[in-house]
Amino acid sequence: MEYEIVIGLEIHSELDTKTKIFCGCSTAFGAEENTQTCPVCLGLPGVLPVLNKKVVEYAVKAGIATNCNIARFSKMDRKNYFYPDLPKAYQISQFDLPICENGSVEIDVDGEKKTIGITRIHIEEDAGKLNHDSTGTYADNNRCGVPLIEIVTEPDMRSAKEARAFAEKIKSILEYTEVSDCKMQEGSLRFDVNLSVRKFGDPLGTRTEMKNLNSFRALERAVEYEAKRQIFEIEQGNKIIQQTRKWDDDKTESYSLRSKEEAHDYRYFPDPDLVPVVLTEEYISNIERHLPKLPWVRKAEYMEKWNLSDYDAEILVASKEIATFFEKTVDVCNDAKSAANWLMGDISATMNEKGISIEEAGFSPEDLGELVNLINKNTISTSIGKQVLKEMFDSGKKPSVIVQEKNLAQMSDAGELKGMVLEVMKANPQSVEDLRSGKEKAIGFLVGQIMRQTKGKANPQMVNELIKECMNEI
Amino acid sequence: MKLTKEDVIYVADLARLEIDENEVDKYVEQLGKILEYEDQLNQIDTTDVLPTAHVLPVKNVLREDVPVPSLDREKALMNAPSQDKGCFKVPKVIE
Repeated sequence: MEYEIVIGLEIHSELDTKTKIFCGCSTAFGAEENTQTCPVCLGLPGVLPVLNKKVVEYAVKAGIATNCNIARFSKMDRKNYFYPDLPKAYQISQFDLPICENGSVEIDVDGEKKTIGITRIHIEEDAGKLNHDSTGTYADNNRCGVPLIEIVTEPDMRSAKEARAFAEKIKSILEYTEVSDCKMQEGSLRFDVNLSVRKFGDPLGTRTEMKNLNSFRALERAVEYEAKRQIFEIEQGNKIIQQTRKWDDDKTESYSLRSKEEAHDYRYFPDPDLVPVVLTEEYISNIERHLPKLPWVRKAEYMEKWNLSDYDAEILVASKEIATFFEKTVDVCNDAKSAANWLMGDISATMNEKGISIEEAGFSPEDLGELVNLINKNTISTSIGKQVLKEMFDSGKKPSVIVQEKNLAQMSDAGELKGMVLEVMKANPQSVEDLRSGKEKAIGFLVGQIMRQTKGKANPQMVNELIKECMNEI
Repeated sequence: MKLTKEDVIYVADLARLEIDENEVDKYVEQLGKILEYEDQLNQIDTTDVLPTAHVLPVKNVLREDVPVPSLDREKALMNAPSQDKGCFKVPKVIE
């Protein structure tokens, strides 16, 4: 392509604290409108905000996990603007002295590694939620004051794939460090995209900003759309106007919200109600020591300890829930390859189909471990295992119970099987002839007949051997 | 830097203040005087002075992450000029 796409991201993540950033109101999602507010988060006169200790801790965790410098001295500032979702008419954020700066995160796109620079991470409060209908706009301030970190990157990404890979990496880092639950359907992780295009070698072009993308798919599609739009404009001889655009994921297009001329003048200044945050070396190194294992550490372990491929390990660690489920399964069955195959294959397919997470699958890692054991001990075949798994999703029963109740255990009684084998061979003399004349394929047909008669329960290996044995008897 | 009419109109707009057009000159003069007075600070050499983050020598005032009861919704909405459906109602905002 003639044009290079230049992308920077701003990622807002709600922190997994029990209370808001400056008051003791609950941050629980889904409460009745305006039942989690108080004079502080409603911005009533005369109140005093006090910073939540956990917010500092979580921001530092996120900073360490993304290789940032942690500020020994940072402060809170007021960002002033009027909007009905912001009762104080200013958002408390950080301006010139953010808590983390100059970090980096490595991404992997189609086997190529690339380092994406992180400009800064700062802490701030979320705004309320607005609902609109024909009669007016309704403000629910439960979300007002929910703690956020905003992660700002350098303009280091060059494609929608890279942007998505980076966003996914950040999600997994925040999950592993338990800084955020990252529930995207609840808005716990939101992306803003800054994008410009240029001919290779040219200086940076004029950028536009797209706000509030709530899924990886929306992020990827918004990048593709906006790059195409800008290239089209330039090809038409038009200039790109610096503006904020809103992505409509249903229509898969973006539209202009405001241009630079009417851009906000936020008049940042230090918040006099809040005092600076000063962190000691001891505080920072203590957090560093207690940081949970990060995804790339676990990935390396999977490859070394269990011989998993780079690809398999990468998929497993992409989600902390899956990685943890996987590890517990291996504890039970001691067969990492099988556990990985089940999780990445049938289980993930069924989860996608049902739109559920592994926690909602209805069975435990111990159950999956038991299923793998049943197969490895030849109690059931792999194809019966798939049936059992389906039943596990549906009923939540233990695999051994399902096998017993549905009488699915593999037939490994040689005497019983031999009778069936002889019968099938007598009924299919042509196949027996073919096999005798060296057509190995014929054996497959005969095995298939037995499997059908036993509804898949015959031990196929044993059937194979029995057919060969019976050739001399027929 | 001299304060201009445009500055006054811009600042009033940022603060969502409606000001009468024939009052603008008065504000230019009054605000101008205040700024001139403050401008004396710029004459001080602050080369080796760190920016002030807070006027008090206090740091790390933090609270534990422990929930406390919130206001009842009726109370939270009590002072709202307009409310409906458990929410603060405002004129329709069009994005």
